[in-house]
This record gives sequence, structure tokens and C-alpha cells, in this order.
Amino acid sequence: MSMSASAEGARPRPLGPRIFALTLLVVGSVVFIYPFLWMIATALRTQAGVSQGGVSLWPVQWQWSNFSDGLGSFPFWTYLRNSVLSTLVPVVAVVFSSSLIGFAFARIRVRGSGVLFAIVLSTMLLPGEVTIVPQFILFKNLDMIDTLWPIIVPTFFGSSFFIFLYRQFYLRLPDALTDAALIDGAGWFRIWFSIYLPLSRPIVIATAVLQFMSYWNNFFQAAIYLSTERWKTLPLALAGFQSVHDTNTPLLMATALVVTLPCVLLFFFAQRHIIGGISFTGIK
Amino acid sequence: MSGIMDGLAGFLERLHVAEGLRPILSLVIILAIVFGLIGAGLWGALRARWISRNTAAFWLFVSPWIVGFVIFTGGPMVYSLILSFMDWDLIDPAKFTGLANYKEALSDPALGQSIKVTLTYAVVSVPLQTVLSLGVALLMNVRVRGVNVFRTIWYLPSLVTGVAQAVLFIWVFHPSYGLVNGLLRLFGVDGPKWLFDADWALPAVILMSLWTVGGNMIIYLAGLQDVPKSLYEAAAIDGAGRRHSLWHITLPQVSPVIFFNVVTGLIGAMQTFTQGYVVTHNGGGPSDSLLFYVLYLYQNAFSFFQMGYASALAWILFAMIMVLTALVFRGSAFWVYYESQRPKERRRRVHVS
Repeated sequence: MSMSASAEGARPRPLGPRIFALTLLVVGSVVFIYPFLWMIATALRTQAGVSQGGVSLWPVQWQWSNFSDGLGSFPFWTYLRNSVLSTLVPVVAVVFSSSLIGFAFARIRVRGSGVLFAIVLSTMLLPGEVTIVPQFILFKNLDMIDTLWPIIVPTFFGSSFFIFLYRQFYLRLPDALTDAALIDGAGWFRIWFSIYLPLSRPIVIATAVLQFMSYWNNFFQAAIYLSTERWKTLPLALAGFQSVHDTNTPLLMATALVVTLPCVLLFFFAQRHIIGGISFTGIK
Repeated sequence: MSGIMDGLAGFLERLHVAEGLRPILSLVIILAIVFGLIGAGLWGALRARWISRNTAAFWLFVSPWIVGFVIFTGGPMVYSLILSFMDWDLIDPAKFTGLANYKEALSDPALGQSIKVTLTYAVVSVPLQTVLSLGVALLMNVRVRGVNVFRTIWYLPSLVTGVAQAVLFIWVFHPSYGLVNGLLRLFGVDGPKWLFDADWALPAVILMSLWTVGGNMIIYLAGLQDVPKSLYEAAAIDGAGRRHSLWHITLPQVSPVIFFNVVTGLIGAMQTFTQGYVVTHNGGGPSDSLLFYVLYLYQNAFSFFQMGYASALAWILFAMIMVLTALVFRGSAFWVYYESQRPKERRRRVHVS
């Protein structure tokens, strides 16, 4: 999509308001990016340099060892493995299950489909906290406390929001796709897997990225289900690190940067898809 | 429940399955039986010609959602409602206590404080976020070069969410070395102690929430670019000024998007947890000024092990969110504009690639 296209028609704006808008944007951008750059600068200072550095964005000391020291102070590789497992498995699981379910709602016309879809939508209003106590007891009975399973397993059953997104996406694809395949004698599963799924690239990327971002930063569930070093994830490690080392700011900032890095990298590699995906989720 | 699980675990033990894999394999076996029964039922009905192929396929495809709903949402809701009338610490047998939990909630000062904190946060932060993200989106919607750069800059902070954001802002708001007070000092102002001051902790968290409005801004920008140009052209011919166009065309046209964002923003704000938890190590801030509702619920369930009371709290939260959402929906009739006869081709196509 073209972002430079003005929605206000061909009429050029008078110069005054345009300069005003541009100035506001520049000032706002500086305010917004400043904490982020300051975080990087602080991550590269020595502990003593923090008070001298103050609000400047120049690291001064270039203490690269903060990164190795910060990550060395806890079992980083274990936490990283746990974070990767509890993020990537849900990404794959939720994309496939939501796509299949969304496809059924969009394309298979049967009685009761509308009512069921209304129920799917209404569960989006339900705060997860209402069910967190029984879910905890359920996973306790399943003997799964302090494992990654309580975070991973529910994603295999689809997410209401993603089911909604996939349904909207498939409704916009031409009907003729299914008609032709049905005449050729293909089953519904084949139609989904060999026709619709390959056409879903944009929505698959968008939902995968959204799921990645939310599960990589997942804290509430991790805080409830994970208690030992063996299965803790990076956000949990960072929170624990904050409570132990809250005086060693450069180490904290370095660690926080490393935890954030995958999301930032993902954003720069898939910026167009992410912006498109977020715009799509806001659809009325 | 646990009887079945123990039986399955014993069975798997005899098969020499590693101990760590027994719980998940037991669950997989249970689920395989459930889906096997669903599949067999649908197949039988199909063979007996009670249902069509389409019906069988539909229910088979949506069965994962239905099973997931029963296990992780519907069932737990019923269970949590029952639990909310009980007293249970996970160890001793549960005792039925009637409305005792709800009565306790009425006179619990900490709960009152947490409702105050959460509602203040929701009612102040959501409008501020809306005004900020919509305002920036409006500014970006004019024809300026480098909008893509601005968009990236404004979105970038949204990538630093959750714990990382809380950790960063504890430092940004640090009374002596923090960014905010450092800048204030340049202007000769002695800043407050922010997160260490009961009066300033919540305002600090609200300011912090404004830093991640990038996602909303992108949604608004997409909405703004969806407004048909012909409307502006017609208005310009009729001699309408820019302020008129903004008020009578732009805002009504994007009002459904604003509405969507306000509803999701309110629900999200009522569920705030991480900020309160990380800022004061599971505490709730100076004199409980950051005791968010869900944090208090979490403490009751997983620190004090009052499962019944926590369930009652969850239902009170659910009721509050429903009331808030209903209020916004009722109010929306006055300011949200829907084109009922929206031509099909006006529907935005998917923008991604």
C-alpha cells in the first residue's frame, strides 16, 4: 500500500500547515525514539559512567562486555531455548489450526455455522483471567506445572481472533476456487490444504508475526506456570534479574536489549507484512 | 480426572516412557480418544445419511475449536463460577461457603484500592492513547516526504513491550539518574520521585503506556487512507474548509476504527499486570498505588492460594469489563458512523503483498 498517497485529494495543502505538521512530527519522533536510543547508550556504559552520562545519547565508555556479563549472570542459553520453544511451536500450531477453522467458517456453508461463529467472536471479549484459576488446576491435575506445555497446548486449538482474521481473508478470495475443485471431486481438506493455504501467505505472515510478538513477550502465563530454572523463559529471567540487580543499570539494559532483539530484527525483515497485518487487524 | 491421569501414567510407565513425557502423552491419548469419537460419530452419521458431506466436513474442521473451548474456556468458566462459592487452598478439601467470597470482596480495602487503580488507569490512559495515536496518524496522513521513516520511528517502541519496557521505564523514571528527571533538571525543575512516590507512580505508568501507541497509530493510518477521496472533493466544491472536512468527513469515517480501538484498549487496560508486577517485584507499588486488579487476583491465587476468592475476583472483573464494554457500545450510537449501504468494492482489500 502506498503511504505517501494523501487521503485529502489532489489539492495541495498550503505551506504553513504542512510545515507545522512536519515540525510536530519531527519533535514527536525525537521524543519517541529518545528512550530507545538512550537504552542502547546506557547498555554500553560502565556502572560508574551511568551518572556521568546522564541524558546524553553518547555511550562514552563503549563497555561491550556488559552484554556478555549480563547474559553470563544467568543460564541464558537454557532460557533462550525455553523462549524459542514456547514461541515457535505456538506460532506453527496456531497458524495451521486457525487457518483450517477459519476456512470452514468462510467456505463450507452449513446450518449452524453463523451461530457458532457468533460464539467464537463473543469469546474474544472474555478476559483470560476469568479462566486462569481453573486452567491452573487443570494443568496441575495433568501434572504439567513447571513445564512449557500449559503455554503450548492451548494454541493447537486455534485462537478466536485469528480464526476471525482467516475467515475475513478467505471470504475475499473468489468463490470459484472451491466450485472448480468440488466439481473435480476434491475433498474439503484437499481444497484447504492445496488451494487456500498456499494463497494465505500474507495473512499467515501477519498472524505468525503477531503470535510471535505476543508469545515472545508472554509474561502472565510464564509467571503462573513456570517456577524452576529449567523451564523459565527470557521475560521471566529479565523480571527476576530486575529484582536482583536493580542497581546495575547497564547490565539490565544490555539484557533487556538482547531480549528485545528478535522482535526488532523480525520487524526490520518483515516490516511491510507487519504494517499490513496490523492494519488488517484493525478492520471494521 | 486425576484418577484417569494416574491410570494413564501407570500404563505409560509400564511401556517405559520417560517420566517427563508421561503427562503430555496421557493428554495426547485422551485427546485422540475425544477426536476419534467425534470422527467416528460424524462418519456414522454420514454413512446413515443423516448429514451431508459438507456438514460432516464443517463440524470435523471446527471440532478443534469446540474441544479447545470446552477444555480451556467453557469448562473452566463453569468450574470457576462454582469455585467462587467455595473456600479452597489447593491442599485441604474445598468447602462450600455460599456468597462468603463475594461478601468478603465488598469489604476488602485492598480490592477497593485495586479497582480504583485499574479504573483510573483505564479511563485516563485509553483516551490519551486514542488522542495521541489518532493525532499522529492525522499528521502523517498529509503529504510529507519520509512518512515511512516517521512510521517506523513511532512503531519501534511498540517492540519493547512487557517486561523489557517496564525494566527500561523503571530507569527512565529513576528519581536521580533517570531520563525524565534529567531533562526536567535542564529546565531547572526538580522532578518527583515517580515510581517511588504513591502520588506519581500511576501517572508514570500511564505515560509509559503512551510510548507504545505505534500499533494503534498504524491502524488509524490505514483507516484514514480508506476514506474515499470523492468525499473530500465534494466537500471542497461545496466550499468546506479543512476544519470542516476533518470534523464532518474524516472523523465520522474513521469512527468505527476508533470504536474498535477504544473497546480493545479498555479490555486490555483492565487486564494490566506486568507493569505493577515488575515495577515493585510482585508488590503493587508504593502504598499499593500500582496494585492493578489482575495483580491482586494473581496474588490471591498464586501467593495466598485462595482459589475460591480469586475465582470470585475473576468473575467481578468479568462483570466490570462487560459493564464498561456495554457502556461504550451504548454510547457508540452517538458517535460511531456506519455506512449501511457500503458498496462491496469499497471494502478494503488485504494490503499485505
